[in-house]
Amino acid sequence: MSYPATYRYTKEHEWIEANGTDATVGITEYAQHLLGDIVFVDLPKVGQQLSQKSALGSVESVKAVSDVYAPASGSVTEINEALTSAPETINAEANTTWMIKLTLSDPAELDTLLDAAAYEQYVNEESGK
Amino acid sequence: MTPTATLEAPVAESTVAKAALFVGTPRKATTHTSQNEGLIFEKSSPGKKAYRMDALDVPAVDAAALLGDSLRNDLGAMPELSEIEIVRHFTRLSTWNYAIDLGMFPLGSCTMKYNGRVNEAVSRIEGIAEAHPYQPEQLSQGALRIMHQLQHCLLEITGMDAITLQPAAGAHGEFTGVLMIRAYHESKGNARRKVLVPDSAHGTNPATAAVVGYQVENLKSNAEGGVDLEALRAAVDDDTAALMLTNPSTIGVFESQIQEIADILHAEGALLYMDGANMNALVGKTRPGDFGVDVMHLNLHKTFSTPHGGGGPGSGPVACKAILEPFLPAPLVVKKADGVLGFDFDRPHSVGRVRMFYGNFGMFVRALAYILANGPDGLRQTTEDAVLNANYIRAKLDGHFELPYKTASMHEVVFSDKLQATNGVKTGDMGKRLIDYGFHAYTTSFPLIVSGAMMIEPTESESREELDLLIDALQQIAREAAENPELVKTAPHTTRIRRLDEVGAARKPVLRWKAPPAKESLTPDSAAKEW
Repeated sequence: MSYPATYRYTKEHEWIEANGTDATVGITEYAQHLLGDIVFVDLPKVGQQLSQKSALGSVESVKAVSDVYAPASGSVTEINEALTSAPETINAEANTTWMIKLTLSDPAELDTLLDAAAYEQYVNEESGK
Repeated sequence: MTPTATLEAPVAESTVAKAALFVGTPRKATTHTSQNEGLIFEKSSPGKKAYRMDALDVPAVDAAALLGDSLRNDLGAMPELSEIEIVRHFTRLSTWNYAIDLGMFPLGSCTMKYNGRVNEAVSRIEGIAEAHPYQPEQLSQGALRIMHQLQHCLLEITGMDAITLQPAAGAHGEFTGVLMIRAYHESKGNARRKVLVPDSAHGTNPATAAVVGYQVENLKSNAEGGVDLEALRAAVDDDTAALMLTNPSTIGVFESQIQEIADILHAEGALLYMDGANMNALVGKTRPGDFGVDVMHLNLHKTFSTPHGGGGPGSGPVACKAILEPFLPAPLVVKKADGVLGFDFDRPHSVGRVRMFYGNFGMFVRALAYILANGPDGLRQTTEDAVLNANYIRAKLDGHFELPYKTASMHEVVFSDKLQATNGVKTGDMGKRLIDYGFHAYTTSFPLIVSGAMMIEPTESESREELDLLIDALQQIAREAAENPELVKTAPHTTRIRRLDEVGAARKPVLRWKAPPAKESLTPDSAAKEW
């Protein structure tokens, strides 16, 4: 499992890639591995305001339904509608399959998130490696 | 049960067959002959029917003239069969069922206990079975007394002050309870905005809070699987409406600091909601009303032995403290001034009616029959046996499976697939494999705080002999996971249909049977001509 160095990560296993106030959000390789085969993705509406750590939607696998949380506050500018008909893309390419795009209201919140090395260490601890 | 000796000395032929299908020797399951059965639609032949109408003895009318465009000659794909074909179809299907009357359901968090025959006998008494909800109150005193007495029993068991029997199941009870919490806070001038839910909760808890318009805030569990008091203190403020807590928790652990949890909430004016799904571990031993719970639901279809499978129907009474009584759904069953029982509709602060008529009345009859048949000491014994059974399984399987939380178990025990996962065998695989051994699967992958959870709740209904069969089957499966993991990963092998494509079913569900292209167009039902 790989975690791109340019992303920031949450302990709830989301990734966020930011460029100024433009940000893209998805779930991590580890998250898709834990969930197993994803069968449904629930996304917010464009224009919806999200605060950091609030639920932006959910992913459903054969095993469980899990909320996906906003890594940072902002408004939704785009959602990945292709996931509605092809949720399995997340299983295949978690790192490059985005769920939503955001305009961040407070990019400084990104400093509260984990970098790739810290996230990988966290995952290793959590999975008992 | 057939003696073990005969099971271990089968004829040579089936020994060969079994050798390929099992590493060990299943003691309960054996090859079961059942018949193939297609869909009832596929068995249809046009014009076949299981009735003949008498000659028309009223003047014939022209249906088209009466109904105009609404007249329908095309019946669509309605199955047309004879009576014996229909009887055989459903009887064959019934032989595919697994049922509590066939064997154990070790499903954790579900309390799949035996539904005593006395419940059914009582519910079929004519005056009860034929009662109609539109009968006037003075002709319904018996039915009202059943409800009133059940309310009294449930209040004594829970230690609460007031109760409604209306909600139709557990999640509906949660919804009713949280509506009452909202109404209570609104009556104080502020509905508040958030509800706290531990990460070990039933998924219905956060869903309920969200439906009632609250923001859900997750609380992490501590190392013992209980509520982390520091996290709770940090999360509770004057915007917190309630904590929704299951006690014992979903890993079968009693919240030993429950009184302190209640105190922390009450100090900020927040309320404590208890999900009563696990009440089978508490009845006759301790009462939620005594340890600080403000409102809770009960699952009559779990704790009080009313049917749980096959559509139940469920029943989820909600009990509360006096401060919430004004908000209970209307109507309530009350004893009126003249000693006659009746309904009280005059409840201006009520959250409203949550169920037509007075809830699932047939379940009240069964639950009361269960309570009265057991009596106080019997109910206490039931609780003790349920806890003993779970701990017996825990002691016998510890070591074969990883035990993620070492805290003492109540009525259920949660293992994980950690030891087997190293061979690629997951909890779901072993659940499927258990079917080959003649059992329903345990609960897989829940609670979510345990990776690869295997959740087992035997209830008090199971004898030591049946528990030993389950333990033996699970020990054999653990051995198979070590010696022949493929066997487990591809289970079930002895069922009429092998492993289903759950992913395909979820991603591309086929929800309707479609008739193959008809060779000839359907003709109007010949019955119409006879009429």
